[in-house]
Amino acid sequence: MPHLKVESDIKNIGMEGNMSLSLKVWRQSDKDAAGGFEDYKLAHVSPDMSFLEMFDVLNEQLIEEGKEPVSFDHDCREGICGACSMYINGRPHGPLRGVTTCQLHMRSFKDGDTIVVEPWRASAFPVIKDLVVDRDAFDRVISAGGFVSVNTGNAQDANSLPIAKESADDAFAAAACIGCGACVAACKNASAMLFVSAKISQLALLPQGQAERSIRAEKMVAQMDAEGFGACTNTGACSAECPKEISLENIARLNREYIGAKFSSSAV
Amino acid sequence: MATSSRLDAKIPQGSLESKWSKYRSSVPLVNPANKRNLEIIVVGTGLAGASAAATLAELGYKVKAFCFQDSPRRAHSIAAQGGINAAKNYQNDGDSVYRLFYDTIKGGDYRAREANVHRLAEVSGNIIDQCVAAGVPFAREYGGLLSNRSFGGTQVQRTFYAAGQTGQQLLLGAYSGLQRQVGMGTIKMYNRHEMLDIVNIDGKCRGIIARNLITGELERHGGHAVLLCTGGYGNVFYLSTNAMGSNVTAAWKAHKRGAFFGNPCFTQIHPTCIPVSGEHQSKLTLMSESLRNDGRIWVPKKQNDNRPGNEIPEAERDYYLERRYPAFGNLVPRDIASRAAKERCDAGYGVGTSKLAVYLDFAAAVERYGRGEASKNNIHNASDVDIITWGKAVVKEKYGNLFDMYKQITGEDPYEVPMRIYPAVHYTMGGLWVDYNLMTTVPGLYSLGEANFSDHGANRLGASALMQGLADGYFVIPYTIGAYLASEIRTGKISTDHEAFVKAETEVRERIETLLRIQGKTSPELFHRRLGKIMWDKCGMARNAEGLKEAIQEIRQLRKDFWSDVKVMGNATYFNPELDKANRVADFIELGELMCLDALDRNESCGGHFREEYQTEEGEALRDDENYMYVSAWEHKGPEDWELHKEELVYENIKIAQRSYK
Ligand SMILES: Cc1cc2nc3c(=O)[nH]c(=O)nc-3n(C[C@H](O)[C@H](O)[C@H](O)COP(=O)(O)OP(=O)(O)OC[C@H]3O[C@@H](n4cnc5c(N)ncnc54)[C@H](O)[C@@H]3O)c2cc1C
Ligand code: SF4
Ligand code: FES
Repeated sequence: MPHLKVESDIKNIGMEGNMSLSLKVWRQSDKDAAGGFEDYKLAHVSPDMSFLEMFDVLNEQLIEEGKEPVSFDHDCREGICGACSMYINGRPHGPLRGVTTCQLHMRSFKDGDTIVVEPWRASAFPVIKDLVVDRDAFDRVISAGGFVSVNTGNAQDANSLPIAKESADDAFAAAACIGCGACVAACKNASAMLFVSAKISQLALLPQGQAERSIRAEKMVAQMDAEGFGACTNTGACSAECPKEISLENIARLNREYIGAKFSSSAV
Repeated sequence: MATSSRLDAKIPQGSLESKWSKYRSSVPLVNPANKRNLEIIVVGTGLAGASAAATLAELGYKVKAFCFQDSPRRAHSIAAQGGINAAKNYQNDGDSVYRLFYDTIKGGDYRAREANVHRLAEVSGNIIDQCVAAGVPFAREYGGLLSNRSFGGTQVQRTFYAAGQTGQQLLLGAYSGLQRQVGMGTIKMYNRHEMLDIVNIDGKCRGIIARNLITGELERHGGHAVLLCTGGYGNVFYLSTNAMGSNVTAAWKAHKRGAFFGNPCFTQIHPTCIPVSGEHQSKLTLMSESLRNDGRIWVPKKQNDNRPGNEIPEAERDYYLERRYPAFGNLVPRDIASRAAKERCDAGYGVGTSKLAVYLDFAAAVERYGRGEASKNNIHNASDVDIITWGKAVVKEKYGNLFDMYKQITGEDPYEVPMRIYPAVHYTMGGLWVDYNLMTTVPGLYSLGEANFSDHGANRLGASALMQGLADGYFVIPYTIGAYLASEIRTGKISTDHEAFVKAETEVRERIETLLRIQGKTSPELFHRRLGKIMWDKCGMARNAEGLKEAIQEIRQLRKDFWSDVKVMGNATYFNPELDKANRVADFIELGELMCLDALDRNESCGGHFREEYQTEEGEALRDDENYMYVSAWEHKGPEDWELHKEELVYENIKIAQRSYK
């Protein structure tokens, strides 16, 4: 049976490999606490473990020692929900391109390595505990305009409006954003432009998104600013660190949409 | 057998085809002014919850929605890969509402309700329309029309998809509708909140107790109806393809307060998952069923063959699905594909270091697509190398993200060597028993999506869970809830000062305090692993009476150990995932016992429930329609005490037969 040999024994968890690691992990008890790094040692790490499984082992070890385990966000562990969010050795989601923290495996590290792990740092993403941050700001940006205003039951037949494969594919590529916030964490200004532009692009590329195109760009950008995300200075760090490799072209498209919106808006 | 008097499925009269349309136009309506005063609590924001919350808010109800993740967009639905079914017949390959209905009933091994499944098939087309209108970027053909693929258990192409990220795109669509209503103030969203109990007053569900996971505070929320859209319980097995947080707590609490649990033992084991790599394994990763469109499954013909897959010559490979099931080949339903893989591995033909894996091979597809590209481009003398290169490009376009994921996890490149796969727990057909309106046995308490037991019988067909979740949320509940709420317009606001709220909150608080007080030696995680091991060994892909009886004893002991030896770190006044986990594991343990009880009751094999004592000579599942053509609905009477109620299944439109895919 492909199951863990639980009784053989659970002590074996984390005793399968031969990598030893030093970890420096950010610990912070709540949003107002000061926080700081703590050092931990782990032996017998297997290269087949995922980064989060390595943290599971650390946490079981901490519990064993009567210490509180490290809190971190995670859920799918398949690189799709966008929950995991560790800043590893100075890079959001660690050293690999196009990979989330949960899909990073220990074979990307070497025996004897020291690994520094921090939460996302941005004033719009306050720390809740340890490596867990509050990303509600992203939901509020979506609420401001990241949708098509169509009530259930009003839709026409799905094939009544053909969409060029190219536009559909481009829209899909933009829609692949998992809302993790690595782009914000990667940016020295903590700008959310990549996240916001991905949603604006997706809908601007589809005929269904046309009716609200201008107002959407205006409202989402206004909300993004209100949340305290920084300005975009086109360094491109966001896209380089984005686990879904969301393209910088989206930011260019947002800028066009936004300028277009401002021209047509009564406010100009 | 007659249906228990405690169960009324409320199936409308009339012919199968007209039931839903007639019923829908005769359900009592609630006028807009009254809707504003009716509050609906939606627990869960996956496809079922997000679509329900958004639609009910659009209709004018006041909605509160809850999820335990930090954002509704992260509900487990986000991880669905392969696609969503709909009877659009865009491919002109003979699909129809009836055929989808028929395939679903047959795929479920004749253990689902006809009326519900027909309704599901009827609304399936509307779902696709709705999603496209909301901006979901489904895959398209060059002509701009929607593309379809095949899934197991069917012979038509009716699956709509967005690469291997269909669940993500559908959920983001439903989520955007939900956030739109949040922005308009018609939905109040509670992220990082966990429902820990329901509250009944005078026999009706009137609200919930939720815990703010950041501050640890307990909150009372009142409502005229409560919808549990809280997903499946596959994590009772510890290892499954479900997200780490997926749990049964909401459904279980409802069960303990009067909601019957339907078919708890019906579990789906998915045939194509990445095998376990070691003791550290925390979850399993699915490789979408869509891969079986192009991948061929095989094992070596020789036992214990240790040669690498691509060094085993064609003549020495056993394409056992194609051999056993020529009509459906690699596209047999999941339960059949899973059991066949287990059979080969148990017989000593497994591959990889653990020998608990079979190959899923794309070499033939690469060559076929490569030749296709060559002839499309009028190249007649293409070299083998070119053909392989072009073929790989086509495969990449179809399944690129899945191949990347496989490589990331295993360190092996599936473009070069065949994938190794093995079955894993994936989905739970069982869930809260609901009537045609999706109401549980507690008036005012509904259940939608994977959390209910409804439409898939004993085995769900691929790409049908997304369809069901969105059908329930977008197109069923908005109508059927009227049947109940129309009589609630005089109730007035639900006061959370009622003693039932006080009592429920106190019970939740006491349980949390107990968990923290025990301070034993074993972490919740280890209890979870122990439970998973029992469940997988004795209530997994194959079950027998003796094993199930042992499992029940072992689980009872585990429950005692848990409540005397669990060690929960920290306390309840701040963000504490260990405490959340302990709470969930405690409920999983109780559920495990009920699953074994149900599996023991069902002296037959059907769909995902395979009792070793009941099989044909060829090793196929052997149903017993005479004695077991019922939905089991379990009533909780007390600790380790349940009463079984039966809902007889009546087939008026389908001739039941032994399921054959040969
Ligand atoms: C890897 C994978 C791939 C899949 N691929 C496909 C596919 O291709 N096609 C297909 O049709 N099906 C697929 N499925 C199945 C399908 O994804 C699920 O059945 C479906 O998404 C479930 O949706 P749901 O809305 O019922 O619940 P979920 O999406 O699981 O949502 C549950 C919600 O409930 C909330 N919740 C739960 N408990 C509580 C609580 N106590 N308090 C507050 N909130 C709570 C959660 O926060 C979450 O928001 C797949 C499943 C897996 C695991
Ligand atoms: S754009 Fe990339 S980095 Fe930013 S939230 Fe989306 S997926 Fe994450
Ligand atoms: S845990 Fe879901 S993306 Fe990493």
